[in-house]
Amino acid sequence: MYGWIWRVIPGGTGVKLATVLVLAGGAGAVLWYFVFPLMEPHVPLDRVTVGR
Amino acid sequence: MRALLRTCGELSITVGVIMLLFCGYLLWGTSSYTEWYQRILKQQLHETTKLAKLDKLGKLDLGRAVGLIRIPRLGRSYEYAILEGVTSEDLRRGPGHYPGTARPGKIGNFVLSGHRTTYAAPFNRIDELRRGDDIIIDAPEARYTYRVSGKQVVLPTDVDVIAPVPNHPDARPTQAVITLTTCHPEYSARQRLVVYGVLSGKRDRSTG
Repeated sequence: MYGWIWRVIPGGTGVKLATVLVLAGGAGAVLWYFVFPLMEPHVPLDRVTVGR
Repeated sequence: MRALLRTCGELSITVGVIMLLFCGYLLWGTSSYTEWYQRILKQQLHETTKLAKLDKLGKLDLGRAVGLIRIPRLGRSYEYAILEGVTSEDLRRGPGHYPGTARPGKIGNFVLSGHRTTYAAPFNRIDELRRGDDIIIDAPEARYTYRVSGKQVVLPTDVDVIAPVPNHPDARPTQAVITLTTCHPEYSARQRLVVYGVLSGKRDRSTG
């Protein structure tokens, strides 16, 4: 999978590396700001109130 | 076959890295939201404090700061703005006051809930409170000091702890008390840690 991505990205090693870093950063940002906030309410980690 | 195995391995590693990142988000990402919102709440509270000098304070509004909580035992900088409501959205912003329970300093039970491990974890260290410690509530009209009277670990279904007289749901309240609830043990939803306090002092803003 990662080998395939590396081969598909155009350019020399430097350009490939820069592209990979931008892609990874973008994926991380999407997770951090959009996916994780949606996941968090479903993790029963820190329930603090009492009730039935 | 080899390519398939490699892809499986790569996917597993990716999932692992994402899970680690999610843990990081729970511990630090959630806190940055709370800290940002706390700044807004504290600003609002300072504005209402000024207003209170001119006009009598009305009913508590949902979603706005109702006071500041300070606990000297947990450090000089321990200060959180309390907001009205205990929905998960409210509690992301800071410790919340249970709607329908007593207002600060009034006869009955002033109940607050706060996160223990995520969202800046305002109640992370309330297990360190000992009998006699002060819990200071700055409301717009007065400063109320409660003295810690006890601690308890209960089940999440034990709603009697937030009764006007804690654990005596049918009794009529004669005292102003405070109850703090958070999760227990840390990182778990299994039980609740409850800290009780009794009002020990009041200073009006105009004189203090």
